[in-house]
Amino acid sequence: MHISEALFNASNQAICLLFILLIPLAGAGLALISTGLNRSHSAAHAMLSSIVIGTVAMLTYFVIGFAFEGIAGQPAHAFSIAGKNWDWLGAGSLFFAAVGLDGRPASLAVIFGLFTVPIASMIPAASLGERWRLGASCASTTLFAAWTYPLFAHWVWGGGWLAQMGAQFGLADFMDSGGSGCIHATGGLTALALAWIIGPRRGRFTADGIPTAMPGHNAVVVLFGCVLAFIGFLGLNSAGAILFATRTPAQTVLVGVNTALAAAAAALTALATTRIRFGRPDASLTANGWVAGLVAISAGCAFVKPAEAVLIGMVAGALVIFAIELLELRMKIDDPTGAIAVHAGGGIWGVLAVGIFARVSSVEASSQFLAQSVGIASLLGLILPLTYGMNRLLNRFVRQRVTAESERQGTDLFELGAGAYPEFVTHREDWMRH
Amino acid sequence: MKIAGFLLLLSGWILVAAALMLLPSLPARTAFVLAALAVEILGLVLVARAHLPAKAEPHAH
Repeated sequence: MHISEALFNASNQAICLLFILLIPLAGAGLALISTGLNRSHSAAHAMLSSIVIGTVAMLTYFVIGFAFEGIAGQPAHAFSIAGKNWDWLGAGSLFFAAVGLDGRPASLAVIFGLFTVPIASMIPAASLGERWRLGASCASTTLFAAWTYPLFAHWVWGGGWLAQMGAQFGLADFMDSGGSGCIHATGGLTALALAWIIGPRRGRFTADGIPTAMPGHNAVVVLFGCVLAFIGFLGLNSAGAILFATRTPAQTVLVGVNTALAAAAAALTALATTRIRFGRPDASLTANGWVAGLVAISAGCAFVKPAEAVLIGMVAGALVIFAIELLELRMKIDDPTGAIAVHAGGGIWGVLAVGIFARVSSVEASSQFLAQSVGIASLLGLILPLTYGMNRLLNRFVRQRVTAESERQGTDLFELGAGAYPEFVTHREDWMRH
Repeated sequence: MKIAGFLLLLSGWILVAAALMLLPSLPARTAFVLAALAVEILGLVLVARAHLPAKAEPHAH
């Protein structure tokens, strides 16, 4: 993938910038979903964590992250094995120093990255609700935005080895214009690593390993978050298609159609699946299906036909329900919002779906499938161990989990000193004493 | 078990890199990469099993 200078005249730059400016709405939507799916005694903490993590991610990306991500065609760290060039890491300048922020494609890539890194960084916070210390989440986010995210983003969007598989290995280039892999799978796999390291909330599983219900506190907030996320994803996918898939603004009509159809199909499939399995449609799982559809279509939104987008969404909507059950019932992973299933599961499915459905005229279909499989293998084989190792090490120096008392009182009172809903929350244990 | 799982994850990726560099034909590369993904999934299962919480001992009455 490369940024095509030829596409960019003044009007195209303005349209691309407009799409990019919609991206923060995706982050706002995910933050609302995360907040609504946590219990009321940790609602303010969940929302504040999302915002603080977003700010830390943006500042870290500004200082160092973008230098590691780099831009296609610009200096990078590479080495050669068996005559093949492996471009591993960007070698850009710190503090956006060498990038003129003047509307040229490179500067649009800067602001695109600046707005997408908070989205990826918020995903672990969604999975670790009610038990992740605010300070530790900032430290972990610094590692993520400085290293994990830029590393994979360089491979795909910064002209790295996955983007050069055509030139170096005679395959199709890895395609992920909207970030199913770069944003969502990296964030989701980091969430999985942290969920393993920190462990479940107290009382989430009985001594026999049976999960107990800890439902979220506000389904309306969750569903409103879905609406906001939809608008943000329209901007994200459209801007990504222009920047990294050499699409013109006019061609983003297909991107918008595909994004909407995939989300709709995924939400309806999730709703129907919960209706069949549990007897009633489940609001939170339907919301998860909606977001999984948005996540899954991101990689291929510029390359697939609308009917294929519907199919991608349907698979994502069903997949997320079964993935949540697998994580909870079999792997005993406590993920209050289902973010691991939505972002890691949906993201990996989206990357694979490009290999199955996308047709690029100059590329053999099986070659594209292989390129996407290599990308998935890199996510599982390199990014997951890397992010697990870094956070495991971090946990030795900065305790990530809140205290038992904090879990009992809720992180709102314990870490922030005040609840989100002070007039409505009753403290059952205190009340029962009187 | 956890370390073995992570080693399998890394080994899977090394298989992918080796297939890209050493094998010329698309079918052979595809077979190797799919095998590498299977190795990685096995590693993932091992890591997941290593993180399962220990079940409580049955109470003696």
